[in-house]
Amino acid sequence: MSAPKARPVQYVIVGSGIAGLAAAETLRTRQPQAPITMISEEPHNFYSRPGLAYLLRGDIPEKQLFIRTRDDLRGLNLQRIHARVTHLACDRRELVLANGQRVPYDRLLLAPGAQATRPPFIRDDLSGQVKIDSLDDTRHILQLARRGKTAVVVGGGITALELAEGLAARRLRVHYFLRGARYWSDVLDEEESHIVMARLEQEGVHIHTNTQVKQLHGAAGRLTGVETEAGAVIPAELLAYAIGVRPRVELARAAGLAVDKGIVVNSFLETSQPGVFAAGDAAQVGSTPLDVLWPTALHQGRVAGANLAGEKVGYVRAVACNVTQLTGLKVTIIGSVGGGKGSGKDADTVAIVRGDSESWRLAPRAAVLADRHDVNRVRLFVGERHIVGALVMGEQTWSRPLQRLIAAGADILPVRAALLGPAATAFPALAQFYQQWEQRGAGAPPGRG
Amino acid sequence: MFSRQELLANGRVVPDATRCVQCGICSYNCPIGIDVRAHAWRGQAVNSSYCLTCGECVKRCPRGVLGFECVPPLGAGGARKEPR
Repeated sequence: MSAPKARPVQYVIVGSGIAGLAAAETLRTRQPQAPITMISEEPHNFYSRPGLAYLLRGDIPEKQLFIRTRDDLRGLNLQRIHARVTHLACDRRELVLANGQRVPYDRLLLAPGAQATRPPFIRDDLSGQVKIDSLDDTRHILQLARRGKTAVVVGGGITALELAEGLAARRLRVHYFLRGARYWSDVLDEEESHIVMARLEQEGVHIHTNTQVKQLHGAAGRLTGVETEAGAVIPAELLAYAIGVRPRVELARAAGLAVDKGIVVNSFLETSQPGVFAAGDAAQVGSTPLDVLWPTALHQGRVAGANLAGEKVGYVRAVACNVTQLTGLKVTIIGSVGGGKGSGKDADTVAIVRGDSESWRLAPRAAVLADRHDVNRVRLFVGERHIVGALVMGEQTWSRPLQRLIAAGADILPVRAALLGPAATAFPALAQFYQQWEQRGAGAPPGRG
Repeated sequence: MFSRQELLANGRVVPDATRCVQCGICSYNCPIGIDVRAHAWRGQAVNSSYCLTCGECVKRCPRGVLGFECVPPLGAGGARKEPR
């Protein structure tokens, strides 16, 4: 039953996104000699997946996306296999690849990521329908963008906006379909949505609110137009979609692992099968909602790498913090934030405080070069004793202090009354509170100097 | 607040690693080729004595990872920029 003891432990990682890479690097520091195999459908070396939007827009050349040098890769010493895994047999502790090859493992990490949800109107018989999951997808879009003149973009979140902006930067005429009346209404409030939409239109994007795709038109195997539910047909050679992502759970499900929205793992990121771990976009820690965010995948990858090596490192979910750029505006979203009228998503929120970052008068040690921002908005979600969420748009002076206060669960009772008062006094009071809080060392992470 | 002049003279670029997605826009835009992205990965301040503190990386980072920290000048009792 037991394997011969002389054989070294075989580590296998499925997936080469940031979770897979972080796990491999962490594992390598613990196990300098052990054989580590990484299997991935990705033909390219490690690259920054969020950077694809900037490649599309033309901010960086492709080679800039690669995040590891040849020396780094030599040091990491992975056996890379470019293949699709078709089967996981936990009882035999082996993976079966599309070409029939069998790869044995002792400890396995599943980090297959997530992929763009396929909208129902997508047609298999037409070219010109694109998503942006990978570098190859982005190359494909760029190739089509050179030939095409008009694009339709569908989706209500960050990725769809990046597609619309990227295609507009590539000089396509872009029609952006929004299902509702405004952009990203789950997170942004009405004014924030309209700021983004106005800027997007300035960039030349045509926004169609309350618009959904009914069907696609094509000829000779190519997309020729997009028909809306209202019956209008917009001629287009390109349709880009980003309506959401779906964790890749098929392999785990077929292998009999516990799967809910993602592959279910415990706080050590171990699946229902001992010795098999999961991390990143495809992993679901207990019953908590999925955090399909790059920093989360990085964090989980590091934890999983240590646990693959036999340690017992618990994954503690950090306060969600997502930073993005919407129409050139930096937007930081921390913790629980809702865009609905007057309410946060989180039941703990008792009040929403709005202000602008110009109210920051007591800058902490860190300073910002005084580039003028035409937009500076801060929206706080204030609970009984804590700030539970914040959205900072434009000028980012507030984002780091708020991130620290929220992550530490700072008790804001001393400043709560001021916070709920007029914005003109609320934010200066909070700035002063924050400075004193930092001076007390209240925000210092435990166990560090 | 520090003036622009003070920052240029005594500032250094500090990353907030938790926000960084390693896109590389910072390194790409550094006029003297410092791999700012690698600093951000490690959460280390850019201590290179070659850094011009020109602010290109700070300005262009799409995620607000980079900021300036004012280091008191020599003789003011503070830390100094480390060579390289």
